[in-house]
Amino acid sequence: MAIRACLGLMILLVFSSTISTALFEDQVGLADWHQKYIGKVKHAIFHTQKTGRKRVVVSTEENVVASLDLRTGDIFWRHVLGKIDRIDQVDITLGKYVVTLSSGGSILRAWNLPDGQMIWESILQVSAPSKSLLHVPANMNVGKDNLILVFGGSSIHALSSTDGQIVWRKELSTNSLEIQQVFQPHDSDIIYALGFIGSSEFVAYYVNYKTGEVLQQSKASFKSGFCGEASLASDDVVVALDASRTYLVSISFRNGVINFQQIYIRDLIPEFSGKATLLPSKYNGILAVDIASSIVLLRVKGVNELEIIEKINYPSAISDALPLSKEQQAFAILQHDESRIHFKVKFDTDLTNEVLKETIQMDGQRGNIEKVFINNYMRTDRTHGFRVLVVMEDHSLLLVQQGEIVWSREDGLASIVDSTTSELPVEKEGVSVAEVEHSLFEWLKGHFLKLKGTLMLASPDEVAAIQAIRLKSFEKNKMTRDHNGFRKLIIVLTRAGKVLALHTGDGRVVWSVLLPVLRKSETCGNPFALNVYQWQVPHHHAMHENPSVLVVGRCGHNFDAPGIFSIVDAYNGKVHNSLVLEHSVRHIMPLPLTDSTEQNLHIVIDDNLHAHLYPKTSDSVKIFLDEMPNIYWYSVEVGKNIIKGYSLEIKGELDMAENVFQPKELWSIVFPSESETIALTATRKMNEIVHTQAKIVADQDVMYKYISTNILFVATVAPKASGEIGSATPEEAWLYAYLIDTVSGRILHRVSHQGAQGPIHAVVSENWVVYHYFNLRAHRHEMSVIEIYDQSREDNKDVWKLVLGKHNLTAPISSYSKPEVTVKSQSYFFTHSVKSLAVTVTAKGITSKQLLIGTIGDQVLALDKRFLDPRRSVNPTQSEKEEGIIPLTDSLPIVPQSYVTHALQVEGLRGIVTTPAKLESTTLVFSYGVDLFFTRIAPSRTYDSLTEDFSYALLLLTIVALVAALLVTWALSEKKELREKWR
Amino acid sequence: MRSSAALFNPSPPLLLLLPLLLFSHLLPRALAADLGSGDGYTIAGRVKLDGATSKESGLPAKPTNIKVILNGGQSISFARADGYFSFHNVPAGTHLIEVAALGYFFSPVRVDISARNPGKIQAALTENRRVLYELILEPLREEQYYEKREPFSIMSLMKSPMGLMMGFMLLVMFVMPKLMENIDPEEMRRAQEDMRAQGVPSLSSLLPRSN
Repeated sequence: MAIRACLGLMILLVFSSTISTALFEDQVGLADWHQKYIGKVKHAIFHTQKTGRKRVVVSTEENVVASLDLRTGDIFWRHVLGKIDRIDQVDITLGKYVVTLSSGGSILRAWNLPDGQMIWESILQVSAPSKSLLHVPANMNVGKDNLILVFGGSSIHALSSTDGQIVWRKELSTNSLEIQQVFQPHDSDIIYALGFIGSSEFVAYYVNYKTGEVLQQSKASFKSGFCGEASLASDDVVVALDASRTYLVSISFRNGVINFQQIYIRDLIPEFSGKATLLPSKYNGILAVDIASSIVLLRVKGVNELEIIEKINYPSAISDALPLSKEQQAFAILQHDESRIHFKVKFDTDLTNEVLKETIQMDGQRGNIEKVFINNYMRTDRTHGFRVLVVMEDHSLLLVQQGEIVWSREDGLASIVDSTTSELPVEKEGVSVAEVEHSLFEWLKGHFLKLKGTLMLASPDEVAAIQAIRLKSFEKNKMTRDHNGFRKLIIVLTRAGKVLALHTGDGRVVWSVLLPVLRKSETCGNPFALNVYQWQVPHHHAMHENPSVLVVGRCGHNFDAPGIFSIVDAYNGKVHNSLVLEHSVRHIMPLPLTDSTEQNLHIVIDDNLHAHLYPKTSDSVKIFLDEMPNIYWYSVEVGKNIIKGYSLEIKGELDMAENVFQPKELWSIVFPSESETIALTATRKMNEIVHTQAKIVADQDVMYKYISTNILFVATVAPKASGEIGSATPEEAWLYAYLIDTVSGRILHRVSHQGAQGPIHAVVSENWVVYHYFNLRAHRHEMSVIEIYDQSREDNKDVWKLVLGKHNLTAPISSYSKPEVTVKSQSYFFTHSVKSLAVTVTAKGITSKQLLIGTIGDQVLALDKRFLDPRRSVNPTQSEKEEGIIPLTDSLPIVPQSYVTHALQVEGLRGIVTTPAKLESTTLVFSYGVDLFFTRIAPSRTYDSLTEDFSYALLLLTIVALVAALLVTWALSEKKELREKWR
Repeated sequence: MRSSAALFNPSPPLLLLLPLLLFSHLLPRALAADLGSGDGYTIAGRVKLDGATSKESGLPAKPTNIKVILNGGQSISFARADGYFSFHNVPAGTHLIEVAALGYFFSPVRVDISARNPGKIQAALTENRRVLYELILEPLREEQYYEKREPFSIMSLMKSPMGLMMGFMLLVMFVMPKLMENIDPEEMRRAQEDMRAQGVPSLSSLLPRSN
């Protein structure tokens, strides 16, 4: 009986863990992390009057409206508006609604301040999207129905702030009126609206706030014209800049009489040259002018008298005025001094003295200050304290109070342009033994807790402890390379020109650098970040060197603008080298070649289609010249509907210092522009590894995959149907999918989808293409798969040929050869619109593939490639079933458990990047948009490692129990034997 | 009047509040053509989530971030607290509306706005081709993003590798002796001697003898 009891106990202890690709809720955060961002802040409105939660409501360049906790910078709520729905202005009304004006002044929405629920939405009829202004009257009594005024185009709308109903609407002028300034004198029902008609006429309107009646209107034209900027100096004086931006024009409009006064800026500021900008500000009698080298504060004494108060040297920033009382306003001036920032607050009543003067230490990688928003609070001694919200050049957001940075947000990460990965350094020898021994007990304790958890015996406290142990797992955040290749650095390039390295373990920023060449400078006025590539990946020869990445940018948005190169160390962010190129950058081709220091060779194609080789060393030229006959490239000219293939040649003598190669056109494909326009091109990833060349199908048959790195997928649509869904009828829409060999220019396959249109997303991998488009006939989204097989190797199956030696197995495979290919394809419905499409990659390409679909709901869905197998049929045969072919259904299944983002959203999803881990079963997935999300997935489950869930304690316990049972049974049997012997 | 829900109508937003669907074909053609900036219609509807409380998915019971997406992102609208949403200045044609609400699966909706019959609008779910008479969008199902932890059960235990190991052990322990009993003791001894002769170490020889 004792044995049985013992065994019973053991059985109870033994527990199974169901293996699944999906996630349990308590596994969230083990292998994944999610970071929420908002983007570069454009406007900020503080909400600090009431006791309780202090907030700041911001709108950003990523079209996000968000409410942030002023104490910590955390997001209370956030909404990402549509791509074309740019936010013009944001404000708070009635103390409880956030009002946003967007889409060129045509949409006004109100959001509930505590939870972000939309309260109302109003559509305004605006003749043409133009600069628009939102005017929410200040000092309102809550309860009274307040009006919100919207000035946009040539009309004024007044809306009730409680329900968004339009109370009145007034058309001011039929011409191109642009309202510049709106203000309402205290305790008055009259709104002053000042603006320009065309470029030379100034106009002032006095409008009744309650009824919209235009009480007075006065116009006057100014012969040298305005540049369209104006700043309100006092209740009856506006200062504008003339068209040449060298004269200040002060405009007085008292009682409807308009007077102009010109003041040459150089007369005021002798060192002025170039062009001035007016800083938007609303001070009593003060004007801020940006004159390139500094900001000048001017006092407006009368209509024609301006006086310099202070000159603030660049780089610096100045905030809007913050009214403290009826007479007094405060504003903040922030000025850079190398790594420090001087923060000053002044009252407009006393400009010579500072109310507050603080110095803050600032991380040098944030660049200059771009915007400042000031807010005040009451100190305990009833004086005013001030805090400022600062937007930096790298788009980060900081809150400064009492001389220190209270919190900071790295919001540049909301606008990632490109990303790559880098390995971490190899672990050094000499790990201390004591540490291991100490952690052994902890380790056991942890596992015992986990065991309790899996047996559902743990108390809530213990469950929390388990979760904490799991999340802070020291292993995954180490700064060294791990055996499985899970720990890596994700190196991202943001639109601000900042490069950041994120650790895959927890997503923290390991280093960041604001690239000096990608900052605005005199030589490069409008730099533009493009891509990031692996520059040096040391393996054998240069092991002591750190890997580095190449960051590519461009001076300005035109294709002919000079390019920018910067080489950054991947371990510490040090900039090794940066240069502004003499030529433009159109394409960059990383070549699968390295020089003796393991720097990857790159070909840069400039706007004249000349090829430049980098790195510019004689060593790399030598290596390149050997391989040059094998290098082919193509260019897609979307506007002209042409795809051209080129090789490279040397015309005349090669200039070793320049390394410029000329293109030689080999082929071109011209699409008939009356019936087709190029919508999308896609290629295979350069570094993808294919494990098996053949596919064994049912009946022991073999199909050879057509594996070529030169496949280009091109999708063209009907010109009429190149717009959004809903703009074309099924009859006038079609889509052609092409597979083109980029070496020979041969069209391998062409298929048409009648009644289909874009947006198209495609992914090419191994020998297949999957693309997503919209089927207008069924009015559903569709996904198609094309698989290409090599027919010329089909003969090799013939045993007799093999025996007789007539096979072509040993024949070299050449890109010039034109093998017979066969194509299989199939289409399926897919429910959602797609934002991004990617495929998993693994180290050796053995693991089966999953498609990663970024849906319109900003989630990432993992879909097994087996669902997109053209050999699926309604009734698969027995052998096909054994092979794993899924019976055909008309639509692809969406299993909620296979969302890799589980219950999270990657707001504003733009890209999904996959990187293989060292462990064959696992792929690292990084998706970015406004948010970032990272996880690792195993498309065929983790067949080559134990899961995180695996309970070592359980294993140990089982073994101990087994040994104990063994000993007990042995002792019993001995006893029995003895008894038998005595008998 | 709001409770009359979902309707489509030509552009002036004021008309939104009338139950227009039934009478929409009666609307004079001029109404749509003249009013507003003249470039389109208004699609208004409601996202209905009541009855569906997603307690198990761990999400807040009332999501405040329900997005309604027209034509794959051409324009995005947000649902109000009562679920109402609207799109303005939509041209005549066939459009697609999708709802993004975390925790729920919505079918996209096909919306036809007739150009010949202003105001005549039809809607149907694309997933199951169900025709909607009012534009009330309800989730087809709730989505559970997490696998559920199975409570402790004997079956799952049996299926696990360790369970199988245990099962085999039990088999050996209880069934083997039964088999052994049937073997003739003489034969048994012979077999044991054979084994010893072959030098196969048995467990009993490894353990220290107590007697």
